[in-house]
Amino acid sequence: MMLALLCAIYAATVSLSVARSDRLKWVDSARNAAIAVWPLLTFACFCMTYLLINERFEIEYVARVSSHAMPWYLKATALWGGQAGSLLFWAWLMSTYTALVMLRNWHNERDMQPFVIASTMTTLAFFIGLNVFVENPFTKLWIDQSGHIQASFLAPPGAKPFVPNDGQGLNPLLRHPGMIIHPPMLYLGFVGFVVPYSFAIAALAIGRTDNLWIRVTRRWTLIAWLFLSLGLLLGSRWAYDVLGWGGYWGWDPVEIAAFMPWLTGTAFLHSVMIQEKLGMFKRWNMILIILTYALVIFGTFLTRSGVLSSVHAFALSAIGPLFFVFIGITFTISLTLLFKGWNRLDSENILTSWLSREGLFLLNNLLFMGILLACFWGVIYPIISELVTGQKVTVGPPFYERTTGPQFAALLLLMGIAPLTAWRVTTARRLGKIIWKPTVFSLIFPVYALTTGTTNAVALLSLWLAAFVLCVTLYEFYRGASARRKATGGNLLSSLWNMIARNRRRYGGYVIHLGVIFMAVGIIGIEMFQAETQGTLAYGEQINIENYVMIYNKIEEFDTEDNRRVTRAIVSVYKDDKFVAELYPRRDFYVDSQQPMTIPGLYSTLEGDFYVLLVDWKPIGTESATFKIYLNPLMNWLWFGGFIFILGTLVAAWPNRGPSLYRQSTSLSVNPPDIVL
Amino acid sequence: MFRLLASTGITSLLIFYCFGEVSAQDAQPSDDEVNTIAKQLYCPVCENVPLDVCGTKACAQWRDDISDKLADGWNEEQIKQYFSDRYGIRVLAHPPTQGFNMLFWLLPPVSIIIAWFLVLRTNHNIFRKKHMYKQSIAKQVRAEEYIGQLENDLEQWR
Amino acid sequence: MTQTTLRNTSPKLDKERIPRMFWGKLLVWGLFTALMLLLGIKLYQTTLGPVSRGTAPDFTLTTFGGDSYTLSDHKGQLIVINFWASWCGPCELEADALEQAWRQYRNHGVMFLGINYVDTENEALAYLKKWGVTYPNGPDIRTSISQDYRIKGVPETYIIAQDGTIAGTVIGPIEYNNLTNALDLLLNQ
Repeated sequence: MMLALLCAIYAATVSLSVARSDRLKWVDSARNAAIAVWPLLTFACFCMTYLLINERFEIEYVARVSSHAMPWYLKATALWGGQAGSLLFWAWLMSTYTALVMLRNWHNERDMQPFVIASTMTTLAFFIGLNVFVENPFTKLWIDQSGHIQASFLAPPGAKPFVPNDGQGLNPLLRHPGMIIHPPMLYLGFVGFVVPYSFAIAALAIGRTDNLWIRVTRRWTLIAWLFLSLGLLLGSRWAYDVLGWGGYWGWDPVEIAAFMPWLTGTAFLHSVMIQEKLGMFKRWNMILIILTYALVIFGTFLTRSGVLSSVHAFALSAIGPLFFVFIGITFTISLTLLFKGWNRLDSENILTSWLSREGLFLLNNLLFMGILLACFWGVIYPIISELVTGQKVTVGPPFYERTTGPQFAALLLLMGIAPLTAWRVTTARRLGKIIWKPTVFSLIFPVYALTTGTTNAVALLSLWLAAFVLCVTLYEFYRGASARRKATGGNLLSSLWNMIARNRRRYGGYVIHLGVIFMAVGIIGIEMFQAETQGTLAYGEQINIENYVMIYNKIEEFDTEDNRRVTRAIVSVYKDDKFVAELYPRRDFYVDSQQPMTIPGLYSTLEGDFYVLLVDWKPIGTESATFKIYLNPLMNWLWFGGFIFILGTLVAAWPNRGPSLYRQSTSLSVNPPDIVL
Repeated sequence: MFRLLASTGITSLLIFYCFGEVSAQDAQPSDDEVNTIAKQLYCPVCENVPLDVCGTKACAQWRDDISDKLADGWNEEQIKQYFSDRYGIRVLAHPPTQGFNMLFWLLPPVSIIIAWFLVLRTNHNIFRKKHMYKQSIAKQVRAEEYIGQLENDLEQWR
Repeated sequence: MTQTTLRNTSPKLDKERIPRMFWGKLLVWGLFTALMLLLGIKLYQTTLGPVSRGTAPDFTLTTFGGDSYTLSDHKGQLIVINFWASWCGPCELEADALEQAWRQYRNHGVMFLGINYVDTENEALAYLKKWGVTYPNGPDIRTSISQDYRIKGVPETYIIAQDGTIAGTVIGPIEYNNLTNALDLLLNQ
């Protein structure tokens, strides 16, 4: 246990030795030290998990997040169920990334190395420092003569160790499979951006203006981005399954805090291609990666300092001021370096046409920044308002919907056009020639929707947009594959496969686009056509919603082993007068934490979800129970799209199997499987 | 895309409700009617959770209050006004568009427009020298594409 | 042709760029400082606990009955302010103690004010009736009083001395003996 402390001291010496790293012989030592942090933190994490699983309640953290009744896997995952533990976990993940980076071959980037070490290790040291001095998960509970219980690492004078009989247990909201993997994914995404950021800073510090830092970190960025996307998706699924408000995204400040780095990260992934191809947007890319990293830290600060109050936020903590100082320092250093290198990062090319790929990418970036601005403003405004007018305000969904909605629509449109344009310049005629076929084809969808009774203009427009992008993307696949078939022979499918295998980055990107379209379809469905109703029913009574009928059959109540009191209703669902499913919406009451949870009953098809909740507006009893029903049309497309999306990212990020890239692949192939499984 | 134009959604919901409940003026209002309003309110006790799904006792009381007021013949606007007068504007999901809060609604669109304007201005030379570039670069691009295609083909035959 | 135009424009651009760069930098640093300042202030505020020292923030409370009480009008009097709500379970634990204390001390010049936090009027009145509360109670309009006192929840009780300063803060339900002891102490000063 004491090793955690040792570990931090070790990391601190690492940073120190790095400070003197102008001398080359120190660099290797610093590198070894940086790698050594990983096993040490691994050991600390292992100890913590061991303590959690073995119910060592004399440790304050264990007593707080774990309890006897919890199954072993929940005890283990309680490692990231509280502030201190999750910080340790966070630091461990970050050290995993940095150790892997250090292990890669540094032949070509020797001059960057010291600065990469310096910047990663400073960040890491900061987090470990927080862990040791402010939020130490290994603090023990002590009881002094007056019976007062306190927590500290070393024994206070005259105190005896105190061992509670049982812990308080993990917050019930977090006892969900989605929640078990959601935080690690999100953290992996967050933490991963430290790699491209450090390389960018190193490039700035030594005054390199080429694309090296981008080429080296491209895959790291993609992996970080992959995990971040996965984290966001799992988070929404969790919200959908557990929070019981029939939605997947509530524009909660903490959700937005995780969403903002994703926005800049996505913009970065796009604009980086232009720098690689044409040497343009160098400054912009620097700004984007610094911003992404800053938003990661900023988001962590917001959720962990108690500045924001939200369902997801951690309890008030002393780490706020330290975080605040850290943000100030990193951002100041980044900005100073950026401005110093500003003139050197001049563009090698200038924009020649808006109808070129880079022109459209620029617009894409602008849109992402616009969305970011709206999100940022929405999060920060309540603080401003409270300071200026003394009145608190709530920024609810309407604001975000209005500001970001049109921009998301414009992004979709760009997503349809951009893949068809060429670099440098595309004439309108040439574009028209390629685009007319998918455009005409895509019109079928909204026309079909119109004939089946959808009259909402906005919905039709967005449906058309989605269909348009779908057609364009599929058409691109077809064009590429058929061109390849012409060249090589063989059937269309195998040429499609080969084509993707040969240019994974490009076609992986298109697969991601396909995923986005399906998600967009799901989002259009739930946002525009969601219907809800609520009613109190007695046994045998029914409630109607659109073409569904639900009959309330029975209610039962029982206790579970892990100290839950479950109230479960049994209902039958009929669609168009045909029986489709029996559902069990339920309410779990966690006895130890006195917290209720509402778990929906869900009948899910591609057409839409039938989502029923047992709500306690009126007392739930045998005579009657209140049900709230949502019809979420096309909801499954969102999850399906998310799946495709992740698949596409994997395609794009999968290490190349070729001798030329062998080095990179060895260092990387260790990474995702180990952590995902 | 996210919840594009909530208002359309709400109107469609309203239509749906009207369909279900026509003569609800003096009788006890339905839960759906209460929810339509509750959806747009946030109770300070559970921050960032809309009133229609919040589980605390305070929120339940608020919903009863809405229900009572609906039964007394209040309309949606009046109820929202009442709640914001009594508990502050933070109960509204949609902050008012007057006074200092104007800034809130104006800043994003204005700054986005300014950003677009600046970007267009910095790259305004595109429009001026379009023709010169078009010719020279189109040629260059075609040549490059051709070479790329050639290389590609060669690689495949290898 | 293309090359020459490029070369011709770039030096001119650079000259223009210097002041522009300067303003750009200034703007970025300015925004950054403003943001940090904002966060700093907010952070400072969140770390502050409830008001526990110094002059009690002034307010005017309009009771359910329509009377109005302004704190500064009652200087020289010992005042007990209690924040409560009908939906708050722990509040019920102290309701009786507060009422008993009020009955005992009202003739000693002690003022009791109940401030009803985020509550509906019907429920609040029912609560007052249930516990037979007779001291003045009123809603906290726009939660401005509770914001001034930075309450973290209900119930919270503040005792304001005769000179208008805060003499005591109790978070959570108050006990009868503690309250009367504190009042006795302040009355005998």
